[in-house]
Amino acid sequence: MKTSNLLKGAALGALFAAGALAPAMAQDSVYFANNAYRTGPFSGSGIPIGDGMRDYITMINERDGGVNGVKVIYEECETGYDTKKSIECYEQAKSKNTIVYSPWSTGATLAAIPRAHVDKIPILSMAYGLSSSADGTNFPWVFIPPFTYWDGASVMVKHMAAELGGMDKLKGKKLGLIHLDAPFGKEPIPVLENLAKKYGFELKLYPVAAADMQNQGSLWLSIRRDRPDFLYNQGWGAMNPTAVKEAAKNNFPMNKLVGVWWAGGDDDARAGGEQAKGYKSLSWTLAGTDAPAMQDILKHVVDKGKSTTPKEKVGEALYNRGVYNAMLVVEGIRNAQKLTGKKVINAEDMRRGLESLNLTEARLKEIGLGGFVTPTTISCTDHSGHSKMFVSEWDGTKWTKKGDWVEPMKDEVRPLIESNAKDYVEKAGNWPKRTESCEKSS
Amino acid sequence: MSDIATRPAPNLLASPLVKTGLILAAIVAVLAVGIRLDSSNTLYAIFVDPFQQMVQAPDLLVQTVWEGLVSGVLYALIALGFVLIFKASGVFNFAQGIMVVFAALTLVGLYEKGVPAFLAVVITLGVMFALAVTIERVVLRPLVNQPDIILFMATFGITYFLIGFGEALFGGNPKQMIAEQLYLPKGAIDLQILGGLVSLQKIDIAAALIASLMIAALAAFFQYTRIGRALRAVADSHKAALSVGISLNQIWVIVWFTAGIVALITGIMWGARSDVSFALEIVALKALPVLILGGFTSIPGAIVGGLIIGIGEKLGEFYWGPLIGGGIESWLAYFIALGFLLFRPQGLFGDKIIERI
Repeated sequence: MKTSNLLKGAALGALFAAGALAPAMAQDSVYFANNAYRTGPFSGSGIPIGDGMRDYITMINERDGGVNGVKVIYEECETGYDTKKSIECYEQAKSKNTIVYSPWSTGATLAAIPRAHVDKIPILSMAYGLSSSADGTNFPWVFIPPFTYWDGASVMVKHMAAELGGMDKLKGKKLGLIHLDAPFGKEPIPVLENLAKKYGFELKLYPVAAADMQNQGSLWLSIRRDRPDFLYNQGWGAMNPTAVKEAAKNNFPMNKLVGVWWAGGDDDARAGGEQAKGYKSLSWTLAGTDAPAMQDILKHVVDKGKSTTPKEKVGEALYNRGVYNAMLVVEGIRNAQKLTGKKVINAEDMRRGLESLNLTEARLKEIGLGGFVTPTTISCTDHSGHSKMFVSEWDGTKWTKKGDWVEPMKDEVRPLIESNAKDYVEKAGNWPKRTESCEKSS
Repeated sequence: MSDIATRPAPNLLASPLVKTGLILAAIVAVLAVGIRLDSSNTLYAIFVDPFQQMVQAPDLLVQTVWEGLVSGVLYALIALGFVLIFKASGVFNFAQGIMVVFAALTLVGLYEKGVPAFLAVVITLGVMFALAVTIERVVLRPLVNQPDIILFMATFGITYFLIGFGEALFGGNPKQMIAEQLYLPKGAIDLQILGGLVSLQKIDIAAALIASLMIAALAAFFQYTRIGRALRAVADSHKAALSVGISLNQIWVIVWFTAGIVALITGIMWGARSDVSFALEIVALKALPVLILGGFTSIPGAIVGGLIIGIGEKLGEFYWGPLIGGGIESWLAYFIALGFLLFRPQGLFGDKIIERI
């Protein structure tokens, strides 16, 4: 009896082992770890993003059999938007030889930056994270395409000027910044302060503690008292629907409330009901499923039941950002393969691939996203691209593009990035000096 | 001789007079330093400007106090959930926050499945009752007469279980509260008073009314009924209560169910102000300073404490917050509570516990 049990156990063990090894042997693959937060107070923003990323990668695997025949193994690590947990996720990703680390929170990015420069793992923090990490000379392992929070803040000021009728009209106006009292929320402050000084407008700060995300009553009373001409909302998670509702409640003109791209989720605006019409947000990805790549996601992933996303949620604003992020990863792999001539690339190859990524309008068209997302070029020194964005508006049911693509004030942002990067490196002490050689842009 | 030797040294700090004196001295010292550092601006901004603002724009003052009142009533309601359980089982129920989320999610989830709104409320109440029974059977009954800290840790367990269970059932997506379907009013009443506009949201009025009624009903129930008396007996001593034939199990089910009802109402009201998501869990922790202030064992304490914290933090944030960059609300509540504790360590209405060594 005992022996037979032992035999059975051994057989079962062998079966499991075979099952685990089988896919790895069957095909070449690269491993990509993505932090997700499908739980916790920020899940409202985290779920659509994770869905978009997963669906795009699944589509590439299903439609093309991977990137040049190399499957991308996509794995999520649940952080609940908790920086402590993100460090565990980082270690896990490292031990599994991820080709790129995707932190999905500014706090997690800040925690990972020093580690990644030692471990030599590229960080892809798409339009979030440390703005000064756009300086590739000091941060060779961090990428922050297509732009930084500082670029966003400068476009907000441009938008305000456009609405008022010119940069000279900014003088004496008031811009309020509602922001989450966390590293993410505080990012745009330096640029806004500089621009306020330069153009003579007043900057008012309205911090929201994470514990009071849904309890913004007194903050909006202060807004009522201060009467800012425009409000910029650097919010995330449950803070956004609350802000939109409070704005409606306090009769703040909705068209004067502009969210950063992360405050432009469908659920954020939907909470405000009819009154949320006219709420604006910065963006660089068009909502909807018109793009050919989106159609492919529907065809190869959603319709085949390989997605966890409800069909009506495919194409929402944050979902499409997730798609864009996954697209950056896939194109980074493709570029790395081209540069190295290898099929299965590693983290160091991926860094080279990302650093010379050139997503022109023509290339975007080839991958089925032409005209739907912003083109961007990353270079050895510029790890962001400082690409164009647009202002989108909530029409009551969906986000629509309003106005043209706007260039950030690169001449304002870039010097600040370089001086802040220098500060960071100096404060860090023995920061590793860049030894990685530069690629020629592809 | 011997009499003097055994007499304990008088504790000077215990005397309110001395305490007041010390605090006044501290304030005077801060003032003196402040005057030296800068003769006009800071002090003016702290002690004169806010009051001038209040006089100049009384409408904003009224609005601020109103906002504080509404939050205060809601805090009081949440605090009441804690107080009931604390009285009955002697634990701080860490799971109260997640019960708010769970109740609200159940309600909205049922509605999304096509259950009519009011039927969904009834079923949700049923679910909360089932939850109370389960908690009593599975968690509390095996832990009778264990140290309080064990029960406290058990409520952590309940919290994590409910987070996982709730997410498994309803997913992490935020949902809209079905305020309209429950005939909760929308819009605002704008009053032209004191030379300005004071806008009272109808949902806030409803919240304040419902919460007040709820609090009054609960207070009466636990003050004047047999169950209320039994509850107080249980609060004093599990063993003594058992010895006179009070069913501990029954009392526990009742208080946990009541806490469940409180959670549902809290969930509906806060959910209508923003949305129903796991972030609501944090809101419940706003009750902590209320409890510190009001005392963990007192129903009037929860009410008065809620109002003081609600109004105090709103006034503080609105008039004094800008001086240090705003966003002070979350710690100001604790600050107010600590201020009161200096004079009444047991909380405003808490029981003075004297343990003899």
